[in-house]
Amino acid sequence: MSTDAMLSTAAAVTAAPKRRRMGTSRILLIIAGTLVGLSLVHLLTGADDVTSQGAVQAALQAAIPIGLAGLGGLWAERAGVVNIGLEGQMVLGTWFGAWGSLQYGPWVGLLIGIAGGAVGGLIHALATVTFGVDHIVSGVAMTILAPGITRYLSFITWGSGGATQSPALKPDQTVPRVSVPFVNRLEGLEKHHWFLISDLAGVLRGLLVQVSLVTILAVLLIVLTWVVLWRSPFGLRVRSVGEDPRAAESLGINVYKYKYYGVIISGAMAGLGGVYLSTVSAVIFREGQTGGRGYIGLAAMIFGNWRPGGLALGASLFGYTDALQLRRGSESVHALLILVGALLLALAVWELRRRNNIVAIASAVLGILSYVIFFAVDKIPTALVQAAPYITVLVVLALAAQRLRMPAAAGKRYRRGG
Amino acid sequence: MSAGSAAPPAFWRRIDPAKLVPQLAAPVAALLLAAVISSIALIITDKDPLQAFSDMYTFGIKPDSQVEILNKASEYYIAAVAVAIGFKMGLFNIGVEGQSKIGAFMAGALASASFMSWMPGALRIALIMVVAMLVGAAWASIAALLKTRRGVSEVISTLMLNVIGAQVVTWLLNDHWGVQAPGAQIKTTGILPEESWMPGLPIVSGTDQKVLGFLVVAVILGVAYWFAINRTRFGFDLRATGYNPFAATASGVNAKKMVITAMLVSGGIAGLVNLPRMLGETHTYTEGFGGIGFTGIAVALLGRNHPVGMALGAILWGFLARSQLILDLDGIPKEIVLIMQGVAVLSVVIAYELAARIGRRAQQRRVGAATAAPAGSAPLAPAITEESK
Amino acid sequence: MTADPPAVVLKGITKRFPGVVANSDVNLTVRKGTIHAIVGENGAGKSTLMKILYGMQPPDEGEIVIDGRPVRFSSPQGAIEAGIGMVHQHFMLADNFTVTENVVLGAEKLHGIGAGAKAKIAEISQRYGLGVRPDELVENLGVGDRQRVEILKVLYRGARILILDEPTAVLVPQEVEELFGNLRELIREGLTVLFISHKLDEVRMVADDITVIRRGTTVASVKPADVTARQLATLMVGSELPSPEARESTVTDEPALVVEGLTVLGAEGRPVVDNATFTIHRGEVVGIAGVEGNGQAEIAEAILGMRPATGTIRLGGEDVSAWPTRRRREAGIGYVPEDRHRQGLLLDAPLWENRILGHQTERPNARGFLIDVGGARRDTQRIVEEYDVRTPSIDVAAVALSGGNQQKLIVGREMSHQPKVLIAAHPTRGVDVGAQAAIWDHIRNARIAGMGVLLISADLDELIGLSDSLKVIYGGRLVADADPATVTPEQLGVAMTGATTEEASE
Repeated sequence: MSTDAMLSTAAAVTAAPKRRRMGTSRILLIIAGTLVGLSLVHLLTGADDVTSQGAVQAALQAAIPIGLAGLGGLWAERAGVVNIGLEGQMVLGTWFGAWGSLQYGPWVGLLIGIAGGAVGGLIHALATVTFGVDHIVSGVAMTILAPGITRYLSFITWGSGGATQSPALKPDQTVPRVSVPFVNRLEGLEKHHWFLISDLAGVLRGLLVQVSLVTILAVLLIVLTWVVLWRSPFGLRVRSVGEDPRAAESLGINVYKYKYYGVIISGAMAGLGGVYLSTVSAVIFREGQTGGRGYIGLAAMIFGNWRPGGLALGASLFGYTDALQLRRGSESVHALLILVGALLLALAVWELRRRNNIVAIASAVLGILSYVIFFAVDKIPTALVQAAPYITVLVVLALAAQRLRMPAAAGKRYRRGG
Repeated sequence: MSAGSAAPPAFWRRIDPAKLVPQLAAPVAALLLAAVISSIALIITDKDPLQAFSDMYTFGIKPDSQVEILNKASEYYIAAVAVAIGFKMGLFNIGVEGQSKIGAFMAGALASASFMSWMPGALRIALIMVVAMLVGAAWASIAALLKTRRGVSEVISTLMLNVIGAQVVTWLLNDHWGVQAPGAQIKTTGILPEESWMPGLPIVSGTDQKVLGFLVVAVILGVAYWFAINRTRFGFDLRATGYNPFAATASGVNAKKMVITAMLVSGGIAGLVNLPRMLGETHTYTEGFGGIGFTGIAVALLGRNHPVGMALGAILWGFLARSQLILDLDGIPKEIVLIMQGVAVLSVVIAYELAARIGRRAQQRRVGAATAAPAGSAPLAPAITEESK
Repeated sequence: MTADPPAVVLKGITKRFPGVVANSDVNLTVRKGTIHAIVGENGAGKSTLMKILYGMQPPDEGEIVIDGRPVRFSSPQGAIEAGIGMVHQHFMLADNFTVTENVVLGAEKLHGIGAGAKAKIAEISQRYGLGVRPDELVENLGVGDRQRVEILKVLYRGARILILDEPTAVLVPQEVEELFGNLRELIREGLTVLFISHKLDEVRMVADDITVIRRGTTVASVKPADVTARQLATLMVGSELPSPEARESTVTDEPALVVEGLTVLGAEGRPVVDNATFTIHRGEVVGIAGVEGNGQAEIAEAILGMRPATGTIRLGGEDVSAWPTRRRREAGIGYVPEDRHRQGLLLDAPLWENRILGHQTERPNARGFLIDVGGARRDTQRIVEEYDVRTPSIDVAAVALSGGNQQKLIVGREMSHQPKVLIAAHPTRGVDVGAQAAIWDHIRNARIAGMGVLLISADLDELIGLSDSLKVIYGGRLVADADPATVTPEQLGVAMTGATTEEASE
């Protein structure tokens, strides 16, 4: 990413790269604020699917693969390798996960899917670390290669009729789901449409009822990633090769080895994200199932400032917008414009006070635009609802991108003994 | 004595076999590896790779196939040039797909709108090309501005814009500007009047099929690309930025302006990608257009952004895309071609990297030998062992 | 003590790189508990030798004996286990890590990565008086502190033999004193120090033994008491040391470059160049002395228009403050950048394209919007001949040339456009003696021809020898003026620490 380097020399002068950490209290505050905001939207517009159990569950299911892809990005970039190939590794995960589940049941399938992604990571590591190929170039090549492999495999496994999809998984071929006892009884409460209380009930039901064990695993992986990367010697070494590989090498650390670890784990995470798509979100492998979620995951990681907590927040945001299209999206997105507009205008005021005029004006314009659209039409066209998560990514990155700090050596080639 | 005093020998002296041979060997090795791996995949599934290859060859050189290969190659080539403009400076426009869609759609919609009916045919073709380029450039400019103003990686933004662009086209086509021809299943932008159809080229003998006329534009584009990159100041600045962005900045290249210019040019060329078919075959924009933008990336990587290399890559890809059709008839899964292409792209980028490394080392050794001995000067440590960028 | 085997013995070490022999038949014996200096000019092969000793590069031939035992390292890990530690010339510290993280990295097994490690770091810091705070982020530390972190890193691993690669290059004389104090503390504890330098006075001050390396091989081992600095220098270069001196004032009163109130803001919003005002006349060399990182690089980049800055810059009477970099360069600002690989060259491009760089719009490189390939090639050939760039052809990539030849190409390129002002940052850093003398000559000649030069250098002798007037920069401010005819390196060094800010700036 050579042009980034060039631009950053100029950018560094204007924007102060402050360390931004997501403390627990801050995250809780954001969650509470979001809930109140959504409740207000619900109250004002009557769009039930803003906080209904179904919507929240769908959002969670959409957020997990994005979050896993983001974790994949995090592991690779913390080790100094930009992994645009996440999308390709996810594709491998979807296929191998579905195939493994059909063949050997859900848990083995899960492992096979993860392994598929990890092999993708290994190839990316081979190209970028051992052979010094530009990270983006290798990642792009990976995304070209992976769908080719899965298409061929689909064809030879499931025959000509099903070249683009697998047979559906039977219930015993998917990982079981669990519910927290009694939470489902909140259904009554949710039906009342009381401000905040019913919304909270819907959210709780969405998060705690009929949750796949893979979902729980994914959430644990976010925590585990933090513990390993920031609290273990292994993690310290992985991060060191992403911050300053020369320093790491001078201390006898095998830089290539830890880069390999980082990128293989990255592929494994993306692979798990793929498995999730083909065995939890859907119970079938379909070509093109990943739909750019690998890239959205990267965006979530950037939004989260290369840290797991922020990443989870980003994945939730993008997952939520992604899930809207599934349930009366035209209505929900339309309703949410109230909230989006308010947030953008608030941001405009905030940035204006920090003398960040360009961002302030941009947010103000977008905020006003949100309200114009809200009052001009009753429904958002389906096609545009489907574009909502992608638009969200762009807007969020545009408003956030410069206050971030990526690992210092991410994306740079490294040659041993140089 | 000085170089350039006699043109032909100087020209030959400029070609350094130590550098050139590995550069040429790289794609050959990558393609061989792709052939080997896909052969293994076929053997595992009990198919005969040699039969597959010979079938593909026999079918691929038929006159009808040649026409289609050239048609595909034109599209791929234009997309590859669009991608290569960015690649040359280390800018990754992955958004050729979206830019080409929205460009062709807007141009098609405008050109077939009823208020445009007065326009003479040839002028309309020109209008379509200009509008498609302008819209493609405009769509790309979003990513350029996000990068220069907000530091958003163009890789992510162009990928997002691909999806957004496709959805915008779907929406406008289905809800607003599309027309449904009688008996047709889908909406299109409306058939262009016949005098705006671009005539085909009867250059392949043995068939009455004609090659899409836009091939001419693709060839001109290739020459223009070579000239712009190697003979203009813009091209030098672009390459300098790709070699070393910091040195380029110090040399007076305005980094932001360069990003914006390259992105606009790339997006503009991307706008042309769907026009060979739109002007010469479908005569309307349909949602069937797509996928070429990504193929363009593969071709650019394969041809290492070189105008001739990319042309060969485009023809090869066209050949594979066409000749795979025969495989199903023989009970060989045509999907094997996808593996071949994927492996080729991945291994070619590795092979080029290795080639560059070998070439660099060979030169260092040669310079070391040539300078150390006669001058009798101190043996200097090598300037740099490997790049540390 | 005398019965102890030597800490380090190197026998017949030879190392070849493609086309170059970096070390040949190096022999060296280091006594335990001493400071042993290895001196040699830039490019003589000192650093390569130390990398071999530290396991970063395997020798092609020869033997390494540590404490009487022959060893063979395949990586620094092996060297570390044998009790060898290295403090690199360029600090090997991750900016975004804390001191603790930097120190424990790779040695996590010793005391963990948490509280135990911090306690150990505090203890070592205490014992040797290093004053290192475990929780500080490295990016907030100054140069001296970073170096102490580096030393602590090595001690933390239990090293008994320390290699310091040009440790004083980035320090001002007062910091050098402190460092030497720390080193003496170390040998008192029985450690052994290998000290690499080309600063002969320092070496004579601190070392117990001195080994001289010339052209990749050891040429002499002496005691500091037995030699003068002059003799050492002769050993080092094999002939009389070139000197940057000799001057007859060519300064005119015609200003070439006038800088007024130049201020550059850094990442934190604080000024890294603060209200700098100075004038360079035609025929004048203005030297800027200062410890690296005090705003020199930023001044150069601001004058070139590569960094946003406030204040006015006038070139030959014309206000160029609002001009972009390209226009300033066209108007006659030449640039020899401090890091030629980063800012001065396209390493993978052929020499003739590198000759175009920075002058893309000017003849003979361009005609209108087109690149004039023939013109550029012919002129590259001329530069190669006139500036003695040793290369078999102008079509080889710049990366294949040695540092000195690369630098001569850059100097030739910049001089070829008759700049009104040349900004030369560390113009002779990392080049061999021959090239150094040639580059000094070129700067002197250009000055006679009426060019103004802004010379930024860390080499105080070079600064004093070449400059007509000197400015001292500290913390982004020009804090003192000095007359190169009378000032000594020591006085300059004092001013560079900012100690005399008040008195010197009047």
